[in-house]
Order: sequence, then structure tokens, then C-alpha cells
Amino acid sequence: MEIYLDNAATTKPLHNVMKMLEKEAFSGYGNPSSLHRKGLETEKKIKEARRNIAREINGKYNDIYFTSGGTESNNLALIGFFTKNFKSIKPFRCVTLKTEHKSILKSMDHILSKGANVQYVHVDKNGLIDLVNLEMLLKEGVDLLSVSHVNNETGVIQPIEKIGKLFKKYYSAGYFHVDGVQSFCKIPLNVMDAKIDALSISAHKIHGLKGTGVLYLRDKNKVNPLFFGGAQEGEVRPGTENFPGIIGLDAALKELGKSYSSYYKEVADKKRYFMENILETIDHVSVNGIAGESGSPYILNLSFLGVKSEVLLHSLESDGIYVSSGSACNAKKSDRSHVLEAMNLNDHRIDSAIRFSFSPFTTYEELDETVEVLRNHVESLRRIMMR
Amino acid sequence: MENVIIVRFGEINLKGKNKRFFEGKLIKHIRFQLKEFIDTEIYQEYSRLYIRSRKEDQGKIIEKVRKVFGIVSLSTAVSIPSDIDAIRKASFELMKERFDKEAFKTFRVTTKRANKKFPIPSMEVSSDVGGFVLKSFNGELSVDVHQPDVTLIVEIRQKTYITCDHFPAYGGLPLETNGSALLLLSGGIDSPVAGWMMGKRGVKVHAVHFHSYPFTSERAQEKILDLARELQNYIGEFMIFNVNLLKIQKAINEECPDEEMTIHSRRFMTRIAEKIAKRYELQALITGDNIGQVASQTMESLQVVSEVASIPIFRPLIAYDKQDIIKVAKEINTYEISIQPFEDCCSVFLPKKPLTRPRLNNIVESEQHLDVEGLVTEAIEDMEIMKLTFNQE
Repeated sequence: MEIYLDNAATTKPLHNVMKMLEKEAFSGYGNPSSLHRKGLETEKKIKEARRNIAREINGKYNDIYFTSGGTESNNLALIGFFTKNFKSIKPFRCVTLKTEHKSILKSMDHILSKGANVQYVHVDKNGLIDLVNLEMLLKEGVDLLSVSHVNNETGVIQPIEKIGKLFKKYYSAGYFHVDGVQSFCKIPLNVMDAKIDALSISAHKIHGLKGTGVLYLRDKNKVNPLFFGGAQEGEVRPGTENFPGIIGLDAALKELGKSYSSYYKEVADKKRYFMENILETIDHVSVNGIAGESGSPYILNLSFLGVKSEVLLHSLESDGIYVSSGSACNAKKSDRSHVLEAMNLNDHRIDSAIRFSFSPFTTYEELDETVEVLRNHVESLRRIMMR
Repeated sequence: MENVIIVRFGEINLKGKNKRFFEGKLIKHIRFQLKEFIDTEIYQEYSRLYIRSRKEDQGKIIEKVRKVFGIVSLSTAVSIPSDIDAIRKASFELMKERFDKEAFKTFRVTTKRANKKFPIPSMEVSSDVGGFVLKSFNGELSVDVHQPDVTLIVEIRQKTYITCDHFPAYGGLPLETNGSALLLLSGGIDSPVAGWMMGKRGVKVHAVHFHSYPFTSERAQEKILDLARELQNYIGEFMIFNVNLLKIQKAINEECPDEEMTIHSRRFMTRIAEKIAKRYELQALITGDNIGQVASQTMESLQVVSEVASIPIFRPLIAYDKQDIIKVAKEINTYEISIQPFEDCCSVFLPKKPLTRPRLNNIVESEQHLDVEGLVTEAIEDMEIMKLTFNQE
């Protein structure tokens, strides 16, 4: 038995993605930059994918740039904007949240070390952005604002549209970047309405393949590339396109995109069912982040007080259930989740936090089974750990 | 002219009647390292081994064969007929080749004339060849007999060997010439080094690893395999016995005082290791213990732990300083793996204040609450055995 509840870390590729690959990657081996027909065939398919992605977020198709994934998209969006503009904008003022993904925080550290000024908006105990505090910062002047749509550890949804409008009210030339890795194809986002200048997307979080990402860029002249080469991707991102990854993303989008509001509701029901079940059967469990409307249905973060989360994680794993403690990207380090720390949760809660993340294909049976196994492990682990 | 690698061995030469046995093992291990190279041949002349190979393979071969215990050093050499003109010419060519790779300023020539039929005495050969090289280099080199950058060695035997490089190896004795033992391999820095050191003295080493899955990560076990793969380059194929200690730790946790946790765990590990050793006819245990490093490595702790074993426990690092251990760990490529964060012992079981001076009476008394025999037997029954073979990636 295998129950995979770590879909915020990565997802299993869809059958139709693999089928598409088999069909297209063999025949479509041409280099889109080649002048002959073989290259053109590939180019057409990539263009088709670009259109589909653009339609999904209400952007223009030639503002879609393919990258190697969410991390690269985030780096390109932030560092690319900085290197292009730091000479003309002084002081160079950036604002973000302490709860962002490491690829945002480390990129900010990097531009900070190159002379930018970086400030962090407060978040409340649920990880929601403090709009009053944001407005205060905006009044002082902000050139670059980066906020993720959905937090990868807690699932908290930030009010992107409100934030975008507020930002542009104070400074219409400001640059608004949104990390949409956890929300793309799951929670609607309209780049025009939210006044987004740059949006990061990753394929493997929506049942596509690893190694493929997208950066939507409303104005490519606002960023410098991170590396240099040919004229691919409008020279924003040189290098031969990752064709299999791109058609994989397109295939996943085709399947998930068309019914995502129904998926949203289904997954939300399952999450509520799962959570209520746990809270009923297991004592001393607290919810990190928001369980209701402002939380993504795809992510649930719970603390099983008194149980070290990594031990619970491996115990569940020994029964074929895969979850995450904090963010999978930091699972290799034993330090505490920076997200939960930024939310000012106490150490006991952080040390016992487990993230469950769902997919449209998660079943009620799997959730029932998980609650049962959880209950047993939590009970027996508490007997040892709370001794 | 022929390209060869000279293999020098030290201690084996003192072995008298048993020398053949040691040489045999050494050749076997060298041959194993040469498996992947084509057109190689090992031959012996007096107390020397020579490896004949393609010239382009020499670098890689030295890197591999250097790890065979029992070898003191290696050199690449040319073998030519023992004739003074040929010696001069080959000497110059060899020096030129070395010079082109990496410029140097000074040299000297040392001649060993084992073949007394060769008409010119050593000293004269040295000055003759030195003069020839000096002239041919047209002033780019000078002679320094005390601290030369490069020493050109001319060995006149039946044939003559000329070399101007020197690659130190690890010495010691060939593997499988000194019995076998079971290493308690943790994921730390010390135990791989301890295993390597015993291997260097010719001991055939196998390993036992204790973990507490699911209280610890499977990545801790992957780390052990990574360490084992590095060790394998030196100590050859070996077995790893993977033992889950969780049940035992839970029992100790329930029945014994908190501060005795580590010492009881260690006694159990030693008992289990000894049983495995006996079952597989291994003659001793090896640990990476180092006196005074942590609470379980005080003299008292070591005594209380050793007390449960009836076969010798070797602790080659006992008096090493940490820095010296790290130096070896870096040399044998295990350091970077060891410092990865995956723990093999869960911090849940680490006592807040471990005993540093356990008393045997107290420990034995607490142990009465545990089914020692049963727990040990069960742990061994459930253990996983991995055989690490070559070419396994």
C-alpha cells in the first residue's frame, strides 16, 4: 500500500503526460532553433503550450518563458530585475515575507548583499500578510514586491489581487512578483486583475515533469537573463528548450485545467473531512495556518503535540504513507521550519508539525486509512516521548 | 624501451619464511585493481613487483594500486637495456617529459648498480648521466644534490630502470593476512577510519551498523552504504549487517534510568556484534572509540561496555586526537560523507545527562529488568545482511 500525501513537494506524473511524451518526444526531437521543418514542428508544439498556459492565467502567450522550474523562475524574476535596474533605481527597495520559499529568501539575500534594501512585511499567527503593515511600507516606497500566492508549508492563500492593487496604487511602475508554484492550476489567478509583473510556475507540482518551469513576464525588458547564449525564449532564458518537459506541462494543464473548479471543491471537501476526522480521534492536535477559506484545500499543516515530526514521518513511511515535516526542500536539514517560526509558533508546535498535501486523486479510503495509522503511531510515540 | 610501474613494498620484505604468503596476497589484490585495464601484466624481479601497462593507463593504475595495503610507494619507469648510451638518452627523454608537464629547476641523479657486471661504477654513471641531462637542457636546469626538485633514479639490474617520480602509498600489510574482524560502523567520522586502519594491517573487515528506524531516517542507512563504498576501495568486498536497535532502546527507555540509556545501548550493541562475529567466524570487534571524546568513551564506560564481550575489542583510534582522525578521514574520502546530518541514533533516546562514570554493579542490576538474551536474539534474527561487491553503484 502506498498513500502519497506529499503533493506539495512533488506529484506523480499523469498517465496522459507519459502518453504524450511517448508520442511527441520521439518524433519531436527537432531543435526549435533549427531552420528546417523538423525544428518548426517542435516550435509549433511549444507555441501551443505557451498559449494554453497564458490562457490559464489571462496573460499574453509571448510573455510566457520556459525555465528549469520554480527555483529558476523565482531567481530570474528577482535577480534578473535587480541586475537590470539597480543602477537606475537608488535606493533599490525590496519587500517580501519571512514565510516565503527559500528560493525567494535566498535570492533576496543575494540582492541585499549587492546593495539592495530588503524589508519583510509582518504576517499574523496564521501566516497571512498584514495589509496595514504592507501599506506602511508601500507609503515609504517599494520597487520590488514578491509574495507567494499559496504558502508551500501551511497552504495559506495571500490576497494577491488586493496586494497587487494596493502596490500599484502607491507606485504604478513598481514590479510585482508572485510565486505561483503552489497555486497554478489549483486556485484561480488572473495576472491582469492582480497587476502581476512576474509569476513563477512549476510543472511537477501539477502532475507534470520535474525540471520544467515557467516565468510569466509582462515586460521582458525589465529583467536581465541569468545566463547567456542563443536567442531562445526571447533571450530572457537562452538554451535549447526542454521539449519533453514543456509538452508534459501542457498535457497536465489540459487535463487538470479544464475542471479545476470542480477539483477545488472536491479536494476542499476531502481536506475538511480528513481534518475533522483527525481532530475528533486524536487529542492535542493543532492546525497551523488557516483551515477555512483562506487556506488552500491542497495543503494541511498539523502539529501532533509531543511527537517529534520526523519520527512520526518515518513511522508513517514505514506503513507506506508519505508526508512531509515542514517543507520537503528543507527536510535534509534538521533545523526548524522558517515558515512556522515566522508565524511565531512555539517550539513544541514547530517540532511536531506535519504537512499533508493532497491531489485531486487522493481518495477517501486513503484518508481514512491514514487517520487510523496516524492515531496508532501518535499514541505509541507519545507514550515514549512524553515519558 | 618499455613503460612499467615499479611497486615497492616494505614490511613484507622482513617476513622471512612467510614472505611468499604475503607476496601472494599482495599480487592478488593488485591484480584485482588491474581488472579493468587491458594489456597489463605483473612480474616480479627480486623483491620488487613491476606492472607493465599501456602508458596512457599509468596514472589511473597508480591511483588504484596505491590503495592496496602492503605497498610503500610506486613510480612510473622505463626499462631499457643496460647500456650507457641508452641510459643517457632515456634519462633525458624522461626528464623532458616531466619538465613539460610541470617545470622544475633542480635535479640530481642517483644510481643503484645491482648488476655488478655493468662496467661503470654508480658514481660515475650518475655524473655522466647528470652531465648529459644538464647539457641537453641547455641551462634550464641545475644540479642540486641536497634538495633537488626532482631525483632521477637509474637502477641497473639485468635491465635498467629509470624513473623520476615517486608516489607514496599506505604501507601496512596485505589484506587477509591477519585474520578478520567486525567493525561497529556508525555514520560518524571515527568508525570508518578505525576500520580502514585495521584493514591496513591486513585484517579482513566486515561491518555491523545499528539504527533505530523509523525513529531515524532511511537516509542514515544510505549514508552507511556511501561510507562503505569508499572503504571498499581499500578493504575490498565486505558484508554489512544492519541491525535495528529500536525495540531494545524502547525497552531500555521503559525499564532503566534515563541517564543509563547510552551505556545500556552500547552493551547491547557489543553483545549483538559479538554474536554476529562468532556466527561468521570473525575473530574480534573493532570500534572507533576514542578515550574521553564523549560520555560513553570514558575509561569507566569503556570498561563497563567491554565487560560483555569475550572476544577482543580493538580500538585503533583510542589515543588519537580528533584532528588526526579527521585528517585520515579526509584522505580516505569518508569525511564529507560522515558530516552529513542524518543521525543513526534518534535524539529522543539521548539522555539529558548521560552517565560518565557508570558502575558495573548498578548497570548489571538495571539490566535485570530486561530480557537481554531475548532482545539480542530477536535483533539478530531481524537483521538485514548486505554484501557489498565491486562494480555495485
